[in-house]
Amino acid sequence: MPVTPSSWTGSLKDSENSDAPLTPWKILIAGGFGAGKTTLVGAVSEIEPLLTEEILTQASIHTDSVHGVEAKTTTTVALDFGRITLARQRMVLMLFGTPGQERFWFMWPDLAKGAVGAIVLVDTRRIEDCFPAVEYFLSKELPFVVAVNHFDGADRYKPEEVHTALDLPPGTPVVLCDARDTTQGRDALITLVQHAHDLAIRNRRPVPCPPLSRSTHA
Amino acid sequence: MMTASDQQPFIDAGIADLRPYAITQGRTVPTHELDLITLVRARSSAHSPPQGLVEEAVFVLCRSEARSIGELSGRLRQPVHAVKIVVSDLIDQGFLIPSMAGEDEDARNPIVLDRILEGLREL
Repeated sequence: MPVTPSSWTGSLKDSENSDAPLTPWKILIAGGFGAGKTTLVGAVSEIEPLLTEEILTQASIHTDSVHGVEAKTTTTVALDFGRITLARQRMVLMLFGTPGQERFWFMWPDLAKGAVGAIVLVDTRRIEDCFPAVEYFLSKELPFVVAVNHFDGADRYKPEEVHTALDLPPGTPVVLCDARDTTQGRDALITLVQHAHDLAIRNRRPVPCPPLSRSTHA
Repeated sequence: MMTASDQQPFIDAGIADLRPYAITQGRTVPTHELDLITLVRARSSAHSPPQGLVEEAVFVLCRSEARSIGELSGRLRQPVHAVKIVVSDLIDQGFLIPSMAGEDEDARNPIVLDRILEGLREL
């Protein structure tokens, strides 16, 4: 990072000072097993993708009649982790490739909390694998886009066809995305954040007195 | 992209083989509320690293740049929960500082999303 001449700092907002702390933002990459989540995280991350292991404890669904002693089960889930630093904005995007199987639903509230949104990767050979993720994000009103990762030899579908097959709400973007390609991955992220932005504008509660300043950074 | 990968501090591969309960000395609850994306950095006034293989590794990683709990977990190849307990200890002992940046911001704020968009387009 180039050293900023001291004469410039007066014109820089605090948030653009290279010493200012980075604000972390979370983006989820969801989809069925083998849909390309790990590949996509690796393609867009500035560091080699890491595996982050979380041990989760969950009250057992089967209630044994052992005098109120609740059985607990532990599950180990592996998340793909990657990051993208937006240096000038003093932000860092944290990408988490999340297990898409239904048995991991219980961990999604924690993962989805505070997230910007999600990219749902679809393998057109097993389109139904992404239903749980789509349903979950719809129910939680978390912005998401569908990215169709065309595998070699798979039938090719138009985005509109995938939109219809998944019965997505109007306006939900569907993009084609080769998960190995950095530029296409970045474009999918841009589509997601743009969509989240549009939804945020649409759902914004009326503010009695809008702030005059754009800067919200402390 | 992979721009930052070749300048990462060396991590003792043996850490991955340690049992999480040994690292946390049997404790299961971190003393701080830390999220997967919480960033921590080393306090610049802490000159010598803390005692302990894992503690030292966390400290060294956070000295070169702020790291998230998720990243530390991935680099040490230890579960997130164990990392949260170690990081909490190091915060209590004054070795690490959690970054409070953006705590009051939320991902539904169009201004925040605008800035993320701007940053992605500059990549």
